[in-house]
Amino acid sequence: MAEKKATKTITFHVTRYNPEVDAKPYIRAYAVEVNDGMTVLDGLHWIKENLDATLVWRYSCRMGICGSCGMLINGSPTLACNTQILHLSQKEITVGPLPNFEIIRDLVPDLLSMFDKHAMVSPNIVRDEAELNSTQGEFYQSPEELEAYLQFTYCIKCGCCMGACPTLATDVRYLGPMPLTALERYNEDTRDEGFALRAKIAGGKGGAFRCHYAGECSRVCPKGVDPGKAIQLLKRKLVLDYLHLAGKKKPCKKLEGPGEGKLLPNMIAPARTIPG
Amino acid sequence: MRNGTKYWTWHMAAGVVLLLLLGLHMVIMHMGGSVHLFAPRGADAVSEANSQWRDSKICFALSYILLLGVGLYHGLYSLRTILLELTLKPAMEKAMTILLVIVGVGLFGLGSWAAWAAHVVALAGGKG
Repeated sequence: MAEKKATKTITFHVTRYNPEVDAKPYIRAYAVEVNDGMTVLDGLHWIKENLDATLVWRYSCRMGICGSCGMLINGSPTLACNTQILHLSQKEITVGPLPNFEIIRDLVPDLLSMFDKHAMVSPNIVRDEAELNSTQGEFYQSPEELEAYLQFTYCIKCGCCMGACPTLATDVRYLGPMPLTALERYNEDTRDEGFALRAKIAGGKGGAFRCHYAGECSRVCPKGVDPGKAIQLLKRKLVLDYLHLAGKKKPCKKLEGPGEGKLLPNMIAPARTIPG
Repeated sequence: MRNGTKYWTWHMAAGVVLLLLLGLHMVIMHMGGSVHLFAPRGADAVSEANSQWRDSKICFALSYILLLGVGLYHGLYSLRTILLELTLKPAMEKAMTILLVIVGVGLFGLGSWAAWAAHVVALAGGKG
């Protein structure tokens, strides 16, 4: 296939940092030839192939699914693979590592602090082990019950919300939007019985009440998840629980055989002949 | 571990009470004189006579003390939240919390004494 003609030359101001050599991060400019449709990730590849092979960043899927290429692009945390260069600027753009994380090198943030916090909130179904591990039957959950937490499951752990959070910028002990959203996702799940366990962390020092609802996490999320909402729902749940005003959550039942589910009898669509 | 929930719940509750009491305060200050709401002695709601009349009522004295309490708690909790964002050392944070509690209790004691003294003086003035 013939190579497309470059339409523009865009200057990339890229943050460079090698902790073994550099005292502090610095910015280096690269003139990148940009075609229509090129993403920032493509631009970085172009730099590596044509200008500077030492530039380092993290990526994997190139289609906004894996969440590896979260970066600070033109001052906003977002996915490099999901951001077209010419949609941002016709002259120059800035690319840096996600804020609020240690830098491993250049554009690679150390996400371990985020994943450690994520692990702290028990991001899994908490329920009686024997019932959970039994291969017999399945938990019944209605579409409405699924809807209550569905959007929070779209989180890809890219860390953009953590990079945008002003509270996290000043206090590293704050759990942050991603772990708190994961926490609320499981609180809302009717299969789960771990609220009391998570409430200790969510209501603690670095928990949900440190959030001032700046809303940046929700604005920057590349997957349209609303962590700000999750945290406010979590706060409400914690307060109602403290005041003993929360309704008792009924965990969903496990159905043991066919026909016990409410939808099963009517699920088979009648055979139809498609006209024409 | 769950103290955050407890403190924040009371912070919100104090905010609601503040809104109600400040609403009452605004009504009395700006409408009390013209409609004689809690201001039976003349058209000036903040005149000494009207103030003394309100001070002599125990419900008002208690509302002043309540306003002081919720205002101090709401304000000092907010201040503590702001200071916590400075990411101080745990010992420093504990010292700061203790200091704020001491300041809060001290100011509450002083203000409550003043409100109660005003109530007693107004009562004595009324009888005299």
